[in-house]
Amino acid sequence: MIFRSRNHLGVWAATAHRASGVLLAVFLPIHFLVLGLAIESAAALDGVLALAENPLVKLAEWGLVVLLTVHLACGARVMALEFLPWRDSRKGLIGLGALASLAVGVVFLFQVL
Amino acid sequence: MPSAGSPAETLSVEVWRGRDEGRFERFSVPHRASQTVLDVVTWIQRHAEPALAYRFACRVGVCGSCAMTVNGRPRWTCRTHVSKVAADGHLRIEPLRNLPRIKDLAVDLAPFFEKWQRAQGRFTPSRTRYDGLAEVNPDAPARKAVDAGIECINCAVCYAACDVVSWDDEYLGPAALNRAWTLVNDARDADRKGVLRAASRGGGCHTCHSHGSCVEHCPVGINPTAGIAGLKRMSLLALLGRGPE
Repeated sequence: MIFRSRNHLGVWAATAHRASGVLLAVFLPIHFLVLGLAIESAAALDGVLALAENPLVKLAEWGLVVLLTVHLACGARVMALEFLPWRDSRKGLIGLGALASLAVGVVFLFQVL
Repeated sequence: MPSAGSPAETLSVEVWRGRDEGRFERFSVPHRASQTVLDVVTWIQRHAEPALAYRFACRVGVCGSCAMTVNGRPRWTCRTHVSKVAADGHLRIEPLRNLPRIKDLAVDLAPFFEKWQRAQGRFTPSRTRYDGLAEVNPDAPARKAVDAGIECINCAVCYAACDVVSWDDEYLGPAALNRAWTLVNDARDADRKGVLRAASRGGGCHTCHSHGSCVEHCPVGINPTAGIAGLKRMSLLALLGRGPE
């Protein structure tokens, strides 16, 4: 029942910030592992990079870009709230961040994939 | 004694009974026009369960005594109309979150007020009774910041709504920090540096996660998140040698 008092944009933005941070933290070791293959041999790296043509990996790539934008937008929002003069734009900033993440997701979908 | 009417005219009210261990007890309360949640609790105490413990004083939204958790949200019950929160005729009333329970709907507010003291939420005069009145310019930006936060009624609704208070026992909470914000902006306070120090050490303004639950729930429309963000900025400026004098 107490969930009701948490059902507002500020809490959702904080949750998105944390969840995207955790998911990105899960991705980072994999990222470094793949980069580390370049030290071993070019063939080893190319072997893994070939997986990037798999549609599922492409989808994960898209998710990664969206997660990065969400995390960036949520972090920028907190910085703006705490370091810029207060403008009562709390929810506007959340909306702007969500819109930016959506725009980056759409652009990535059509231009890059 | 008013009797319960037909189902359409009756509210089904669940009330927390006990302390940390307890249970919800169900009461049928007649639904009246312009009825507040405090009216409902008072009806139960007078007509159904005389041993029900709860707290209220002014009944007009000034004293801040009657806050409770109503259908999952902390609210001032004397100004909360039943028609706004119980469209389906059902109410669940619990004590405020984040405070030690005493009995039924009454909580111990001592930790809440102790944190006001830890945040140095008290005015330190810079004049004596023999000095003239201080001139206050109502248009000064600092004074406007004070005016925006000064009407707090100490109801602890923000304190109950705040997740950071639940996570961290040391966190001073939105109300105490909002009070500190009004003092560091008050040109008449003789120890603004001290207030900023008290409000920005461990458990102070930097502990806030800017969720904004305090703003969402404050019954008098204060924005403690804005004040806490102001304290964060001010403490950073103080670090750079540009803090309050």
